[in-house]
Amino acid sequence: MFAFIARRLAQSILVMAVVSAVAFSLFNFVGDPVNNMVGQDATRERRAEIRLQLGLDDPIPVQYVRFVSNMLQGDFGISYRIKQPVDKLILERLPATLELVFVSAIISLIVGIVAGVYTGIHRNSWISRSILSSSLIGVSLPTFIIGIALIYIFAVHLRWLPSSGRAGTIDFGWWKTSLLSLEGWRSILLPAITLSLFQLTMILRLVRAEMMEVMQTDFIKFARARGLSERAINYGHALRNTLVPVITIIGLNIGGLIAFSVITETVFQWPGTGLMFIQAVDFVDVPIMSAYLVFVAILFVIINLVVDLLYAAVDPRIRIGNA
Amino acid sequence: MKRLTITAIACAATIIATPVMAENVLRWTSQGDALTLDPHAQNEGPTIAMNGQIYESLVTRDPLLTLQPELAESWTADGDTWTFNLRKGVKFHDGADFTAEDVIFSFDRAKAATSDYKEQVASIVSVTALDDHTVEVKTDGPNPILPNQITGVFMVDKGWAEANNVVLPQNYAEKEESYAVRNTNGTGPFVVTSRAPDELTVLEANANWWGKGSFPGNIDKIEYRPIANAATRVAALLSGEVDFVLDPPLQDLARIASTDGLKTTTTPQVRSIFFGMDQGIEELRTSDVKGKNPFKDVRVREAFNLAIDKQAIQRVVMEGLSFPTAMITSPGVLGNTPELDASYGHDLEKAKGLMAEAGYGDGFTIQLDCPNNRYNNDEKICQAAVAMLARIGVTVKLDAIPKAQHFPKIQKRTSDFYMLGWGVPTLDSHYVFSYLLDGAGSWNATGYNNARVNEITATIATETDIEKRTMLIDEAWNIVRDEKPYLPIHHQVLAWGMADNFDIPIAADDQPRPRFIVKN
Repeated sequence: MFAFIARRLAQSILVMAVVSAVAFSLFNFVGDPVNNMVGQDATRERRAEIRLQLGLDDPIPVQYVRFVSNMLQGDFGISYRIKQPVDKLILERLPATLELVFVSAIISLIVGIVAGVYTGIHRNSWISRSILSSSLIGVSLPTFIIGIALIYIFAVHLRWLPSSGRAGTIDFGWWKTSLLSLEGWRSILLPAITLSLFQLTMILRLVRAEMMEVMQTDFIKFARARGLSERAINYGHALRNTLVPVITIIGLNIGGLIAFSVITETVFQWPGTGLMFIQAVDFVDVPIMSAYLVFVAILFVIINLVVDLLYAAVDPRIRIGNA
Repeated sequence: MKRLTITAIACAATIIATPVMAENVLRWTSQGDALTLDPHAQNEGPTIAMNGQIYESLVTRDPLLTLQPELAESWTADGDTWTFNLRKGVKFHDGADFTAEDVIFSFDRAKAATSDYKEQVASIVSVTALDDHTVEVKTDGPNPILPNQITGVFMVDKGWAEANNVVLPQNYAEKEESYAVRNTNGTGPFVVTSRAPDELTVLEANANWWGKGSFPGNIDKIEYRPIANAATRVAALLSGEVDFVLDPPLQDLARIASTDGLKTTTTPQVRSIFFGMDQGIEELRTSDVKGKNPFKDVRVREAFNLAIDKQAIQRVVMEGLSFPTAMITSPGVLGNTPELDASYGHDLEKAKGLMAEAGYGDGFTIQLDCPNNRYNNDEKICQAAVAMLARIGVTVKLDAIPKAQHFPKIQKRTSDFYMLGWGVPTLDSHYVFSYLLDGAGSWNATGYNNARVNEITATIATETDIEKRTMLIDEAWNIVRDEKPYLPIHHQVLAWGMADNFDIPIAADDQPRPRFIVKN
């Protein structure tokens, strides 16, 4: 087990090095940060001086090596845009993103699994049909349209919920939570629903397909023959056997949710890492972009590891270590 | 309505709990947050909007953009020396007195290598205190527009800066964040009481402000909440969560104005949009004309001007929200006159004739470089221009890209034909000439280099005879009007959206001035 984890981590470091090198070389094409860093009045000399100071004229490989060696010493640099240390900035914004992802993952899991099991068993009921057709919205509409539509319905027309922002936060040391106050829940609801819709649809359809398949297998027939209750069959036996692919997908997607909550965060001005990243791209804030990429890479590595370990818990036939 | 009642009850409860008058809160949003609270580190709109409430300068502007005394009560010029009489009894937020020593220190700080206000104080040679409330500023030669130049140079307390190790604005190569990024100590009408960047910044009225009672404004508290997404920003205004949107998208103005309880105001902005044509280089980089540069021929530049129908751009692309122009600087800037700003007209036949005369009757190809996230409808304007130039046979390939990639092309002088917008913080033509028309101007990528224009640019920097200076400026603009190094499109229009119960005087520099904001 330990050897397995160690080996996986070693592989991941290689993956991260390659991914970050490729991404870093792409920064070449994002544009020139200096224009955003000085006013229009700045002289050419001043601009050249800043470029020199930041080493922007060095070849990309040189810049990359400098970035990696600084990072290994725990120095992620100072954001060009907000002039604060990057590691601190990411840590400050991370709670907002994690809470948003957590709430939206819970929504998509609960609704997705329950609706998936239901539609898998009662295939032809009109409830199933309407769930399935309305779930198409979740996959076919882009996130920002869903977000804007929710804002117009619930904030502008009904005025039930705030249109944007993260209100009602309570401090716990460096972790600012919005899950302990009514205001906080009111403000997290719309972005969390927006972010969960795609996820929810996918889980729903996956669970439904798996359920339909599992319900045909022999062991379900035997379970029925033994006279087990419907509930025990559906949730205790059938659902459990559908979970391996579901866990894989959810695991990968949660990583995706954290890394790419960018659009939802921008639409709702949710002050998380995604919003910070999109603003960094706009400004060509290289220190934030590069640190964020490393952060995302680490995240995926960890999530994949956890997913692998979870397989064993769900399905004892899978042996970890020989993979 | 129900919601309003609840809010009213909640407010009433607060009032009972704390023995103060009802607070006038201004909830304000715009696209971006201040990048730093350091007053000299970043010369950028939202940053100035925020810092301008906390810090003050010697001379400022009111919403009509006329110069007004702020920390200096009066000023006089004599040759290369300006004398400023400072306001007495002014205190910084921490209680320290504002004196001549702080002025000297602040100008030094603004001149530092890491300051983004170096250009504004570049002419200053020395600042000396005659007494605690009089300073003498010596410039490298007479500088008639020094007060115009320093309206953005904020005053910082020397003692506070030294105690907190922020004598200089932050250096980008530093590893640590500077204290002044999050902490402030100004003399201004508002004090920062809480700040979460990109979330919410709360400013409360400074009870000891020198100007208390002498301005119409009655705002006690500002809540500034940046909202990056334009649609969300408008939604926040429509739902009553904010009172004031600084930058509503132009296409939503009608919607805001037609909503009960909301209104919009507009004014011509001090920002002109135009195309630059590289007439300096021997052969254009992106054209099929080889061995010569068609832009060197003034007839081609005139034909381009005549071919582009600015009225149509105003009507169709800008939905009426622009002022078509023949000048690259706006009304309000000294030097702009209605005669100079009068349209060149739109005349396709004449344009075709000029092209034929110049030897390009069959047209040519060229690339137009354009930003897609900087000015109002920038990319759409360029698309319209492409279609209009096609009618005189010019095949334009449009390259519309983000500003972070567009502006380096202009600065590196690698664009043949490009869009640029220019605002003038000093409201004086010298600013336009020195950057855009002087042969060595740092934003002049047209290669335009006219000896007389260069000479006038240098002269008006130090000419103190106002009448003579104005005539020189007029002469230079007339040369530019004849030679057409640029292709002017329009002056932008500014629009602000707000709740009906607020009087927010709009200013052409896009800076709200809360000391004039009244909540009814």
